[in-house]
Amino acid sequence: MLILQYMPYAEIEALASEERVGKILDIVKKNRILLLEGRLKKEEETELIKQTMEAIDDDFKGIEIGTIDAAAKESAAIIEKIKKSMVNMLIGDRGGMTIIGPATIVKEIKQDPEKIQVFTDVGKKKR
Amino acid sequence: MLQYIHDFIKKVFRDIFRKKKQWKIGLYGAPNAGKTTIANRICQDWLGEELGVVSPIAHETREIQLKEQITIKSKEGNELTFSLVDTPGIATKIDYEDFMKSGLKTKEAKERAKEATKGVIESIKWLDEMDLVIVVLDATQDPYTQVNITIIGNLQARNIPVLVVANKVDLKKADVKRIEAAFPQYDIVAISAKNGTNVDQLYEALFAIAG
Repeated sequence: MLILQYMPYAEIEALASEERVGKILDIVKKNRILLLEGRLKKEEETELIKQTMEAIDDDFKGIEIGTIDAAAKESAAIIEKIKKSMVNMLIGDRGGMTIIGPATIVKEIKQDPEKIQVFTDVGKKKR
Repeated sequence: MLQYIHDFIKKVFRDIFRKKKQWKIGLYGAPNAGKTTIANRICQDWLGEELGVVSPIAHETREIQLKEQITIKSKEGNELTFSLVDTPGIATKIDYEDFMKSGLKTKEAKERAKEATKGVIESIKWLDEMDLVIVVLDATQDPYTQVNITIIGNLQARNIPVLVVANKVDLKKADVKRIEAAFPQYDIVAISAKNGTNVDQLYEALFAIAG
């Protein structure tokens, strides 16, 4: 059985970066695929990779992650970038969606700026 | 807000000191993108020796490898001296069973996986030390991976100059246009580190950024 868990951005909004990453990882380690509203900050993405590496053992093999963000196609003009970063500072980066799943279930995530394809292997015996 | 002020101050200080010291150039990318092959090519071309061992099994480089005092020369006679840092490939998953498929025994595979996880963490820790990063992409693979996006996004956020290299263009499956489409904000340098194809363009690009 494949379990998808949706997490609105508001659920992690008030958390510090390490807590956000920890919360996400806790869900993924329960063999759930997390659909997160918005996206993590760049430094949080690297923190997620770091914490994932620290958590890898015989059972937990890591994660697959993909992000879709239509706003990324916006104008690269400096004024637009400043506006976007100001909005992100005030309300967080709610644009787009992030999919994070355990590597034992999500075999691959193919993405481009317009779509995400998630390839799963739910037939594999869970450990 | 405090984080933004902290990052700004850090950037200002880094820019001041960057002008005074020797450049530290890092090779970053996913496992098996060809980082060590590029490092070996650079070291062989300018020092006459290799830096690391290359293997078809992923995560061959599991520790940071550093070669100091590499001086390259441009066609115009300019010189650029830097330290080259070859980093373990960054991945979001490491499965010891994948190493067993490559012929390793269980104990060896588990040990390699453990070392590989530490290597990824080290690579990330070293990001802040870099003055310029060569992001190495395997031109035969899909460039739209979160690892590539995360590495490049982090370098942008840290204001570290980026040079994107599409490696393995000697292979039939190589598709440089796909990489150009994925990262249109960068001039992609397409090379084959193995054969030495277009490596001179890589050196020119380094001069353009750091020279």
